[in-house]
Amino acid sequence: MFSNILIYFVIIPLLMLAGTGLCRGVRGIRAVAVTGSIALIALSVYLLVDYIGLRAAGDSAPMLYTDSWMWFEPLNIHLAVGVDGISIAMLLLSSIILFTGSFASWNIPQPKEFFLWLILLSTGVFGFFISIDLFTMFMFYEVALIPMYLLIGVWGSGRKNYSAMKLTLMLMGGSAFLMLGLIGIYYHSAPAGHELTWNLLEIAAYDAVPHGWQSFLFPMTFVGFGVLGAMFPFHTWSPDGHASAPTAVSMLHAGVLMKLGGYGCFRVAIYLMPWAAQELAWIFLILTGTSVVYGAFCACVKTDLKYINAYSSVSHCGLVLFAILMLNTTAMTGAIMQMLSHGLMTALFFALIGMIYGRTHTREITQMGGMMQILPYLSVCYVIAGFASLGLPGLSGFVAEMTIFVGSFQAGMADYLGGEGSLRLVFTIIACCSIVITAVYILRVVGKLLLGPVYDDHHRSLTDATWWERLSTATLIIAVAAIGCFPNFFSNLIKTTFTPEIFTVLGM
Amino acid sequence: MEITAVYYLIPALIMFCCGVYGFITRKNMIAMLISLELMLNAVDINFVVFNRFLYPEQMEGMFFTLFAIAIAAAETALAIAIIINIFRAAKNIDVRSLNEMKF
Amino acid sequence: MEMTIPVLILAIPLFMFLFLGLLGMKMSHKLAGTLGTLGMGTILVLSYYTAFQYFFSGAPEFINAAGERLQYLVFDQTWLQFTEKLVIKVGFFLDPISAMMLVVITTISFMVHLYSMGYMRDHHGVYEHGFQRFYAFLSLFSFSMLGLVVAPNIFQTYIFWELVGASSYLLIGFYYTKPSAVSASKKAFIVTRFADLGFLIGILVLSYYGGTFNFAELTSAPVEGLAGVSQVSLGTAEGIKAMFTNSAAPVFMGASVLTWALVLIFMGCMGKSAMMPLHIWLPDAMEGPTPVSALIHAATMVVAGVYLVARLFPLYLMETAALDIITVVGALTAFYAAMVACVQVDIKRVLAFSTISQIAFMMVSLGVARPEFHEGLGYMASMFHLFTHAMFKALLFLGAGALIHAIGSNDYTAMHGLRKYMPITHWTFLIGCLAIAGIIPFSGFFSKDEILSSCLGYSWVAYLWMSLVAGMTAFYMFRLYYLIFWWKEHETPEGHHAPHDQPWTMSLPLIFLAAVSCVAGFIPFGELVSWNGHPYDFMAHFDWSVAAVSLCVAVAAIVLATVMYRKENPLPSKMRNALPALWTWCYHRFYWDELYMFITHSIIFRSVCRPLAWFDRHIIDGTMDAFATVTNKVSEAIKPLQSGQIQMYVWYYLIGALALGVVTILCLL
Repeated sequence: MFSNILIYFVIIPLLMLAGTGLCRGVRGIRAVAVTGSIALIALSVYLLVDYIGLRAAGDSAPMLYTDSWMWFEPLNIHLAVGVDGISIAMLLLSSIILFTGSFASWNIPQPKEFFLWLILLSTGVFGFFISIDLFTMFMFYEVALIPMYLLIGVWGSGRKNYSAMKLTLMLMGGSAFLMLGLIGIYYHSAPAGHELTWNLLEIAAYDAVPHGWQSFLFPMTFVGFGVLGAMFPFHTWSPDGHASAPTAVSMLHAGVLMKLGGYGCFRVAIYLMPWAAQELAWIFLILTGTSVVYGAFCACVKTDLKYINAYSSVSHCGLVLFAILMLNTTAMTGAIMQMLSHGLMTALFFALIGMIYGRTHTREITQMGGMMQILPYLSVCYVIAGFASLGLPGLSGFVAEMTIFVGSFQAGMADYLGGEGSLRLVFTIIACCSIVITAVYILRVVGKLLLGPVYDDHHRSLTDATWWERLSTATLIIAVAAIGCFPNFFSNLIKTTFTPEIFTVLGM
Repeated sequence: MEITAVYYLIPALIMFCCGVYGFITRKNMIAMLISLELMLNAVDINFVVFNRFLYPEQMEGMFFTLFAIAIAAAETALAIAIIINIFRAAKNIDVRSLNEMKF
Repeated sequence: MEMTIPVLILAIPLFMFLFLGLLGMKMSHKLAGTLGTLGMGTILVLSYYTAFQYFFSGAPEFINAAGERLQYLVFDQTWLQFTEKLVIKVGFFLDPISAMMLVVITTISFMVHLYSMGYMRDHHGVYEHGFQRFYAFLSLFSFSMLGLVVAPNIFQTYIFWELVGASSYLLIGFYYTKPSAVSASKKAFIVTRFADLGFLIGILVLSYYGGTFNFAELTSAPVEGLAGVSQVSLGTAEGIKAMFTNSAAPVFMGASVLTWALVLIFMGCMGKSAMMPLHIWLPDAMEGPTPVSALIHAATMVVAGVYLVARLFPLYLMETAALDIITVVGALTAFYAAMVACVQVDIKRVLAFSTISQIAFMMVSLGVARPEFHEGLGYMASMFHLFTHAMFKALLFLGAGALIHAIGSNDYTAMHGLRKYMPITHWTFLIGCLAIAGIIPFSGFFSKDEILSSCLGYSWVAYLWMSLVAGMTAFYMFRLYYLIFWWKEHETPEGHHAPHDQPWTMSLPLIFLAAVSCVAGFIPFGELVSWNGHPYDFMAHFDWSVAAVSLCVAVAAIVLATVMYRKENPLPSKMRNALPALWTWCYHRFYWDELYMFITHSIIFRSVCRPLAWFDRHIIDGTMDAFATVTNKVSEAIKPLQSGQIQMYVWYYLIGALALGVVTILCLL
């Protein structure tokens, strides 16, 4: 069992949990969190390099490092692990964000309990990304959700009880759908005469879910994961939840947890039920296409920084789900890149907002102004994050969005010319409009918050970023710029996922 | 006139109904306890009567009744203790007003 | 050709940006400025060398035996692969116009770097706050602009197009504590972003049908035997057109898909080149430091739109409907901007509108260019005008900068009669004015004359219209000149030094650019740049009657300006009172800004965003909250059942038992 590299993605967080539990002082806890997350980054980088090596050597299995250990025999539940390019990208993202999140919560009150829950949450995240067994996947998914309630409820700000409750209940509601869907898939996972299975790869290979069932189970799973991916109209937990959550939790939540939604939609809903994905895509195309512009428009008039970013996340994550539904290699690659890009830049945003809030004790942009003169480092970082968000070339947002637009446009034109309606095309063009609206709300915030004269003279005495804040933001900026400058590396990594088997499965 | 089982059962029934009525309507805990005892005693009578008339050669009903009487005594003692404690705490033994610990 | 120099041309400014941006604050102002200028000087030398190599070395990859100039791809590196065919590459593409643009950009950029060393400090020699940042941004801009012009594919153009937009945003908002500068920068970015939406969709359409991003594949044919070399030819553009027409849906809403694509791409050009109705950002962009206005908003970035149309010109020739649209938009913009320029008070605004008008000239020139008339004179004229305009407009802006620096105000009302105080500025400014007015032998005369000739070939309406605009140009420029340098004696306000000429770092660029403006007209431009690479004998197409007429118009306009503005007199206010409505409309720029304000604030913000946000909070979120509320209410409602009162339970029990009994009995019966 311990010979498989993937299992260490769960073991390291568990060790971190134990370490945090044993530590007394805050220094020890910080040390554990930082060491652990560096170990996780190292592990994911190693995995990345090794994976690319294996793929270069011609290994074309859909998932590598697969392994499976029986967990509960009567229901054939395994702890099955395996990764492909997408999972590795997500693992890398999660470990980077855990690392930066630890720095962002350097001075959190009650650090022990906070880090315990935070690490438990990331255990769930890492477990989710390495699992290929639907049941354990779901279990890790729940493990990732529950600590959120306490993290927001205890360490949050504002209407934290309301927000924590709302977030948890909505996500739990989503996972109720999801569980229904997963159990449904399990009972149709194998053709007659074969043993039922939870294993993703086996289910995909059997492709035995009847069409009638697919058209019921696909919406269930898509909505179930879509709630976490902030799909319109199930996104309203996101603004409230983010607004109340402490910095690191916002970072982890927007940066990683929301990616669980997109990842799940791709990995479970579309991968296992390709027929329904073709047939029912239109419903979700409309919903996700709406979220893209809707979130952007809403962000234009909000005045709370976290609300603005939460709505911007709705818009950007909407684009992820939207692109996944294009069922086109380019668009899907773009979707995964957008997940990476959004994860990093939104974590950067939330980190910066947390840092600004920690100094000014307000998040209202009407109460602040001229931060560039007072907090130059944080302000420059904010501008960079803003540029990444509005899609400036050289930063990650641009490449992801362009890949999505090119892919979606191709899918749309193929539909249009093939006489299958122009829904994809129309929504692609609508989604393209988001680049303008995004520019509006980003520049509005930048202009109001950072530039212009100083609004409140009390703010003049504020101090700029401390070393841990600098480290946290600089790491994220470097990651954002790395994706933006060398997109082909990431694009190829993701494309290794689209091996010939997947093409046949997806019917592309 | 022969004394049949019905002669015992009817008073027992009346006793039982009185007990039920008392239990439902009285709000005073002592009164409720007394009503409860009434019902219990009515049941005891039934046990004895059925034992005596249906299975005269056996004694289970009798013994059961003896046990029930003993348990009723214990239960009454316990209940009275609780009621006295409640009275000390709340200066009141009206069940309607004793909702402090509810919900 | 070696790859080293082209790579360096792109790498040095990028490095300077990162270097000055990250470490600039640790250096002294002077060091940062010197480093920036030296870096730019190096690029200048390298670019001149590259352009010289391209035009004059006669190497077979640059010019073939027939004397046609070829397109040469120096390098092409995959950056992001979408599909098998659709690949974004980052490369370096040399052809007549990109080589010319290398020269233009590096010349102006170097002059501006040098000039800013003097401009960005006050009269006591104290450098402005953020001086290092200024040079970092200038380097970023130079990098983006160079990357844009040498782009071998349309997606690289788009990438750098966005980057120049961002650097323009940063530089317009350089004085970020000033709210007006902040809102101007925001406006510039958003308006051009809106236009870029069209550009992006245009690229998507074009690449979907054409199956490639590469300019070479879209507009030219590879030359056999030479890797990376291609020749502009109609043949391949026909091939692209065939791809469009043979596809399943060649027509969309009444126009061919190719026209749609080209018009959408032109929309991007309209944004960047400030064509009406997307011109509103450019006048506001004057909030930036004046050297920035000279570099970005006069000479280089704003002509990117013209450059892109020229780049795709063979495709535009396929769909003349798109060219006609360009002509009309250009002609309207030219006239509009010239009208507005006649009444503005802020000298930078006058120059801004004059820039809009002159870019519109270039657009019109491209719009009317056809191979059948004078072998595509319009294309060459447009590029020529781009070149000469860059020089004289940068000169004018830098001159205006010198004036503003000396006076401390942008309004000519604070200037007047400066000719004796600032002789260098005066003479160079005059040369700039003569050049833009189109007086022989200054450079503007030649390029403008060619534009008018090609307009005449298109239609006499276009010719008359553009001649009128040319006359107005001469008028408003000389109005400006007289109001700054003549009109009445200069009155120095109490406690101020008399204005004087600037240090050599500022004067040298002025003198250099003035010299270029004097002689640039004699460059045999047609030999170097033409739409299909054929050397173009300009004199063979020179139309003396057109030249004479335009000269007469210009002289007449200058005479009129002289009469009205040379000495203080009541004539201008009489004119103004004679046509009050027109004057007001011109002064308020025909209320375009108000219209946009209305659209963005009243319609988009108030009628779309606010209701949507309200809808989100109250309807969608309200529904979610309603679920919770209903659940709460229901549980509140059934809570009393679980009262804890045993007596109630007994009642329920008894009633239930009775009911069950009754039901059982009824059933048994």
